[in-house]
Amino acid sequence: MGELLPLLIQGAWVTIQVTFFGSLLAIVAAILAALGRLSPWRALRWFSITYIEIFRGTSLLVQLFWLFFVLPLPPFNLELSSYTVAIVGLGLHIGAYGAEVMRGAISSVAKGQYEASTALNFSGYKRFRRIILPQALLAAIPPGTNLLIELLKNTSLVSLITLSDLSFRARQLDQATFQTVEIFSLALVMYFILAQAINFGMRSLERRLARGRMRGGLS
Amino acid sequence: MTLFDWTYAWQILPDLLRASLNTVGITLVGFLIAIVLGLFLAIARRSRQVWLSWPATGVIEFIRSTPLLIQVYFLYYVLPNYGVSMSAMQVGILGIGLHYACYIAEVYRGGLDAVPRAQWEAVTALNIAPYSAYRNIILPQALRPILPPLGNYLVAMLKDTPVLSAITVVEIMQQAKNIGSENFRYLEPITMVGLFFLALSIALAYLVRRLEARLELR
Repeated sequence: MGELLPLLIQGAWVTIQVTFFGSLLAIVAAILAALGRLSPWRALRWFSITYIEIFRGTSLLVQLFWLFFVLPLPPFNLELSSYTVAIVGLGLHIGAYGAEVMRGAISSVAKGQYEASTALNFSGYKRFRRIILPQALLAAIPPGTNLLIELLKNTSLVSLITLSDLSFRARQLDQATFQTVEIFSLALVMYFILAQAINFGMRSLERRLARGRMRGGLS
Repeated sequence: MTLFDWTYAWQILPDLLRASLNTVGITLVGFLIAIVLGLFLAIARRSRQVWLSWPATGVIEFIRSTPLLIQVYFLYYVLPNYGVSMSAMQVGILGIGLHYACYIAEVYRGGLDAVPRAQWEAVTALNIAPYSAYRNIILPQALRPILPPLGNYLVAMLKDTPVLSAITVVEIMQQAKNIGSENFRYLEPITMVGLFFLALSIALAYLVRRLEARLELR
């Protein structure tokens, strides 16, 4: 078992990187798509709805294969590395789910907050950046945590587009050593630990962001 | 070369549709496993017997936070070592059913928790046997509000079936890949698979919304 662990950890490191960059992209995509969805311009609204529906409605593996197998061929001729495809595919996929979460979170911010910031003559950008977004992000954290864990679990699919993540390594080692039970059990446990780490991290982030807010006063 | 070769698309359509039957079949049988097993897991998790509730909690949390792909690999490559040999299709259905049973168990748990305490007390006071209590009193009340989330999991499950292509189950995605590698044209098959999932999930989501509206207590 000693010789298995280093290789699996190498794979887990790739998994962690893809999860991290994928989450960043997902968060940005989710905020932009949620804003587009709530925007007063019809074109922007329809664009966001199309993005959300396409990425939520088709399977993630289909999206990854599309980016990986279809884009390099004519008429697109756009060759992306499997690493890029993994991050872009996962980020946009989870971002579409996140957009619905963010939309709920943004509309859950009390109406008085909008009115107050208008009364204080904040610009639209400043109002969103300083008043609305901090409160919306806080409200989005619990459902967002589930999505991040979903993202982590979905990174296993990038092994099918030849990126050597934890799943890929596990499969490779299994073919080389036939220590099937040990390898896949270890891989499962590693994913479980990573998921718990996300859980823990997000919970402490929530506590930090909520500081001063729980102690009553104005809500 | 045209952007989307319609004659090619038309030509591969029958093969894709045949494989799509597998996708739908896997989803339906897997969902059946998931809703039955999920109920038992939920009841076990809520049990006051620690030897029952702890293992159930552990299994649910573990399966929910590890990827379906590895679970399916585990079943497919490990079980034969213990003399259990199943076809890839059977393993796939079992794997996806087991995975979603744990999600659905949490849905059931929410529904069961939402049944007013007085109902449980009344069941005890009237000395109704556990089976009959669940069957006639608790479940009818618990199930109604959770039907829409169950529908959402059906859609999610449908979209997870392509994962099974990794253990050589020939569902629609695997078929599209085979077709693509034979002709070296991936655009049409993969796009068509995408459209298949999009159409089916939008239709199912619409049905779920209709169901939700109909179940609304007035």
